[in-house]
Amino acid sequence: MKNQRRLWLVAALLVTTLIVLAACGGQSTPPPAAPAEEEAPAEAAAPAEESVAEESADDAVTEAPGAEEAAESAVEAEEEQAEDAVASSGDAIPLSMWYHGAGNDEERVVITQIIDDFNASQDQYVVEMQDFPQNSYNESIVAGALAGNLPDIIDMDGPIMPNWAWSGYLAPLDLPEGTLDGYLPGAIGRWDDQVYSVGLWDAAVAMFARRSVLEENDIRIPTLEEPWTKDEFDAALETLQATGEFEYAFDPGMAWTGEWYPYAFSPFLQSFGGDIIDRETYLSAEGVLNGPEAVEFGEWWQSLFERGLAPGTSQDSADRDTGFIDGRYALQWNGNWAAVPALEAYGDDMLFLPAPDFGNGPTIGAASWQFGVSADSEHQEGANDFVVFALQPKYSAAFSDVLGLAPTTVEAAAMTENYAPGGPLEVFYELSKQQALIRPPTPAYLSAALVFEKALADIANGADVVTSLDAAVDEINADIDANNGYGFQ
Amino acid sequence: MTTTETTIQTQSEPLSRLNDRQSESLTGWLMASPAILLLLGFLIIPFFFAFIYSFTNQRLISPNPTEFVGLTNFKRLLTVRVLRLEPVTDEASGQPVLNDEGNYTYPRVREYTRNNPDYPQYDGLQEWTYFDIGQTRWMLLAGDAVFMKSLVNTFYFAIFIIPLQGGVGLVLALLINERTRGVNIFRTIYFMPVVVSMVVVSILWSFIYDGQNGLLNNMLEVVTFGHFNPVDWLGNPSTALPAIIVMSAWQGVGFHMIIWLAGLQTISYSLYEAADIDGANTWQKFLYVTWPGLRNTAIFVFVTITMQAFGLFTQIDVMTRGGPLDSTTTVIFQAVQQGFEKQNIAYGSAISVVFFIMVLSVALIQRYLTREKAV
Repeated sequence: MKNQRRLWLVAALLVTTLIVLAACGGQSTPPPAAPAEEEAPAEAAAPAEESVAEESADDAVTEAPGAEEAAESAVEAEEEQAEDAVASSGDAIPLSMWYHGAGNDEERVVITQIIDDFNASQDQYVVEMQDFPQNSYNESIVAGALAGNLPDIIDMDGPIMPNWAWSGYLAPLDLPEGTLDGYLPGAIGRWDDQVYSVGLWDAAVAMFARRSVLEENDIRIPTLEEPWTKDEFDAALETLQATGEFEYAFDPGMAWTGEWYPYAFSPFLQSFGGDIIDRETYLSAEGVLNGPEAVEFGEWWQSLFERGLAPGTSQDSADRDTGFIDGRYALQWNGNWAAVPALEAYGDDMLFLPAPDFGNGPTIGAASWQFGVSADSEHQEGANDFVVFALQPKYSAAFSDVLGLAPTTVEAAAMTENYAPGGPLEVFYELSKQQALIRPPTPAYLSAALVFEKALADIANGADVVTSLDAAVDEINADIDANNGYGFQ
Repeated sequence: MTTTETTIQTQSEPLSRLNDRQSESLTGWLMASPAILLLLGFLIIPFFFAFIYSFTNQRLISPNPTEFVGLTNFKRLLTVRVLRLEPVTDEASGQPVLNDEGNYTYPRVREYTRNNPDYPQYDGLQEWTYFDIGQTRWMLLAGDAVFMKSLVNTFYFAIFIIPLQGGVGLVLALLINERTRGVNIFRTIYFMPVVVSMVVVSILWSFIYDGQNGLLNNMLEVVTFGHFNPVDWLGNPSTALPAIIVMSAWQGVGFHMIIWLAGLQTISYSLYEAADIDGANTWQKFLYVTWPGLRNTAIFVFVTITMQAFGLFTQIDVMTRGGPLDSTTTVIFQAVQQGFEKQNIAYGSAISVVFFIMVLSVALIQRYLTREKAV
């Protein structure tokens, strides 16, 4: 009797576990992708695939409608490709490559396409890709490096690159003369006067707004030549909040913890005249992160939350994703990867406005994911060849169509749906070109970014501005000292 | 083995018994060896490394050589000093200057802790907290204020979750210990949160706690007919940690309910019958039969909850990342932040060593308090 009862209990538990797991599998939303990356809308996928297929007519991938089928066929094609390669040239050298985009089918189609094209273009090397979820990608690289097991081709987030180059993971790239002519500066990763990484796209941030809302409230629509000033921006926020139509006038995106904070908010600080690290010496943050300009920035930043103009650090990621599109936020500080859904929601009413000028010129962040070559690789030449091969404009355009990100050259921009002259996102390309400033290119950035994130969260939550910034400076400086200046002396 | 035994047996009786014991202990070691190897590889050796690293400037990745730095890490971690501040006085009148709200104003701490040669003992320290006694403000400065807050939060979490999770678990176990129809359904329902990943639970609860349109706020508004003002549960320093305590207890209570239930079912029914004959009421039966019978179960439950509580990490990492204003940061969260994310393995190791000593002392105290008392 008792045994039976216990058996029943175990069976019931198992069944419930399965049900719960199944339910959770469907419901649970993963935490938002970190900001420098992008969840491409499914709708954007179909045209993108078409253009990829068109542009690489020599490829065997059959065009399939719908993202899933395309992904499947791409996988199949990849397998066939690998078999072909083995069959045709038994002695081709395998090159391993790690990529951060696991889970994004559309992105996978493009990157697989590049790899297939490269493998077909020569018979010396065969590139094999392994993809990782973005949230754990950097940890995987660090763990791989500690275990002496890095891939030949590494994909990396731009601002992290100097840290890895300094640590000796990366070999400088050997690019043919003229490869980077006309390239968006943010997509080039330089450290110690050498190029270590190059991206196929750049991300850009803009103020998402609706023309009708601004016009109704008599707010001037800013231009690249004449952006909002600090007072103008502040007054606009007060006006919008006072209408009572919005939960918040301005959504800076506090839900996106992590790299989004330094990427999206340090440009505000720079526009006030401060910075995360002193770019003259790269040895200290004293005076730039806690100087009078930085304190002024901190006080303005705190006032956004005190005055109830912006949702604070407890904003949940669902609100971040839908708040502007649902009309609950009047303005949103967001990246070009979110531009396509916004355009779909508001059409011609949708505006992408340049960053406000807080006194020291308007600034937005730059540098997204880029490719580089591992210093441990036994086949650096082959890995380098692959990176050079991938930098073709058609691939940059393909990524742009899929992910909504800015292509890296004018030539590539002309091939895209959204960034071509007259395209709806053309403005981002200009933003990247004119306002972009990369995050401080120093190995110290890795730790400084986390310190900066904490300081901004604390200030938003009402901590004393001067104390928070002082503490941040102390921690950044202690880290630089502990690393003997990270090679700057 | 059998052959040796037989050969030995032909010799003398006492020797064979000795060898029997020897081979028995060898078998014992052999059987324990997988566990010992795993413990050695994943617990003891790493701890040994952590101990050594805590005296160096080891980085996770760095081209710089590792150097021994003595107690520097521990000094930064554990330094606490008191700074006495008197209100700012007006030079002409000698009266304290009041601010707009009528409170005393105090000099800024940064005047003492940043580049002030008169106060070398305060150099580089951070503001932790303060107490006002009369006009005087006693400021506590720490080498690492965030770590001090983490310590306080960790103990706060442990002190509240141990009775909450243990107590609710016991109540639930008593409820489902009844032999009535459908009780298994309740057992299953109460146990369900345990089998859901903590990450998933944390994400779901951060939607429940949403300050604008979260389920909890909506429910409270309905129940109070709109008199309740929405609270930003995770965004408010005074409610964030309690909110996480409640969620953690909800998630973990099913597991301990099952442990309590197992304990309850070992208590012989005849004891209750005897108590009935003696005319004991329900409360007396609980106090004099059930509770003494659960003694060992209770020790197990409280020790496991304590250990889990000190290791608080996942909820923090997913829901608040230590914020707002360090109100939810914990020791383990800091160890991971420093050691892994900021790549300062040496400092993270120092935090782990302090954590180890802390947990060890708590475990020893618990062991002492729950020892078998000689009558």
